[in-house]
Amino acid sequence: MSGAAIEVKGLRKSYGDFEAVRGIGFEVRRGEVFGLLGPNGAGKTTTVEILEGYRERSAGEVSVLGLDPGKRSRTFRAQVGIVLQSTGIYRHIRVREAVAHFASLYPHHRDVDEVIALTGLQGKEDALARTLSGGQLRRLDLALALIGDPELIFLDEPTTGFDPAARRAAWDTIRSLKALGKTVLLTTHYLDEAQELADRVAIIKDGRIAVEGPPSTLTGTAGTAPCMVAYRNGSGGLVEHRTDDPTTLLHELTGAALARGDRLEALTVTRPTLEDVYLELTAEASEEPVVDEEPPARGRRRRGRR
Amino acid sequence: MTEVARLAWRQYRLERKLFWRNPSAAFFNFLLPLLFLAFFGAILHGKQKDLNVIVPGIAGMAVMSTTFTALAFNMTFLREQGILKRIRGTPIPSFSYLCGIAGNAITNTAIQIAIIAVAGRVFFGTGWPKDYFELFVFVSAGVICFASLGVAFSHAIPNFDSAPAYVNAVFLPVIFVSGVFYDAANAPGFLKGIAEALPLKHLIDGLSGSMVKGTSLSANISALGVIAVWAALGILLAVRGFSWEQRRA
Repeated sequence: MSGAAIEVKGLRKSYGDFEAVRGIGFEVRRGEVFGLLGPNGAGKTTTVEILEGYRERSAGEVSVLGLDPGKRSRTFRAQVGIVLQSTGIYRHIRVREAVAHFASLYPHHRDVDEVIALTGLQGKEDALARTLSGGQLRRLDLALALIGDPELIFLDEPTTGFDPAARRAAWDTIRSLKALGKTVLLTTHYLDEAQELADRVAIIKDGRIAVEGPPSTLTGTAGTAPCMVAYRNGSGGLVEHRTDDPTTLLHELTGAALARGDRLEALTVTRPTLEDVYLELTAEASEEPVVDEEPPARGRRRRGRR
Repeated sequence: MTEVARLAWRQYRLERKLFWRNPSAAFFNFLLPLLFLAFFGAILHGKQKDLNVIVPGIAGMAVMSTTFTALAFNMTFLREQGILKRIRGTPIPSFSYLCGIAGNAITNTAIQIAIIAVAGRVFFGTGWPKDYFELFVFVSAGVICFASLGVAFSHAIPNFDSAPAYVNAVFLPVIFVSGVFYDAANAPGFLKGIAEALPLKHLIDGLSGSMVKGTSLSANISALGVIAVWAALGILLAVRGFSWEQRRA
């Protein structure tokens, strides 16, 4: 079980004249949580759906757990767990029934009650799916993706619509997957989520990878996004300084304040967050028109994939 | 192979369980033909000639509603909800899954035909079916034909909200022109022409032959031929147009 969990080289995908993915390459190591970020229409979902085996690529090399996802072999499907952005479930199924049914589809599944507990659905085992809240349905999505004991889990915006407590709980679940040695490919709009969970992130823009690396080094090396030092002055007004050298600036500010006998109320030093890096990278006016990632033509999918 | 069969069986069991929990599906796919049978049986009480028409007519309608209508609704719903896409991401073979879905519909057909046959003997004086083999052949041909047409038709339905309109726009005219409620032989010429071109009238002819009249399979072989042509078209369109995902409108 050596080698990377996911290897992507020169991946391209066109829908008619529109090229949604234009030569993406990255690697996800086994046991890693990898975050894929980018604005709507950047090519994230297309990329992930190619890796999941839902779409065929136009060009490039893709290997997922050493297999070609385009072939959609049963071995492949038994080893990956997928949480799609929005998927429904039978309205009249009970939580435990759903988890047990999906368990029966996998050759080596996890214990049903264990997965229900892991995803925080205890007490809801007998509830019909149509009576669940949005957050509970999302947890059921996660339970159905984990029941097959997959090596690799795709999470497409797993916490959208969660309240803060439910998000924290979902984060703990994702961390526990990592602790089990699973690989996670996480797509998210929440930059704090990526910063919190991902070992490495890639930011996709206009079908290409704009930047890639661990969240901490991305924020550290992005010299263009400086630290911010802020405090309230004597009359309560907020003063902000941007600096690449917070040590010197702080020394000067605090020195001057002490000399005056002042205090710097509410003094904070903020390092640039992933969000700052992200906004800076994606803010540059994109010449590309905003095009939906989905194929626009109705007739395109005239044949089902085999 | 055993694994394919095992998974088809699991899916079938689930579909059966969920079917009865969904009141609107249970009513429209199951109770409605039986209610029609009860109503018309009561209205036509004592008129054996009309009862001889209505029993196989309702049987034909039952085949169409349990397969065509049910599958057109189900596939639209499963596709729109993303359930098909979710299932496609699991190791269950597509064949097993579709067998489970189709098996559910066919079970409803079989139960209804059995109920109608018993009702024909007990309440409507049509006696027991005359030729069980012929009945089996026509019900099977009807199931294959209308099930595949139902799946094919689901590709034309843009979303689940509009599904009742689309399905009934086909189902209601077809059951009326095809002689579910009257002897199609007495219909005006242009309606007869339309009915001749559609499969339901031929299915009802075959059911009438096997359940009531006792005419042999060879006498109804041309009816079987028409159903087979529609079945071939249905299968072709169902497979060609099949999509696991909702098209974005």
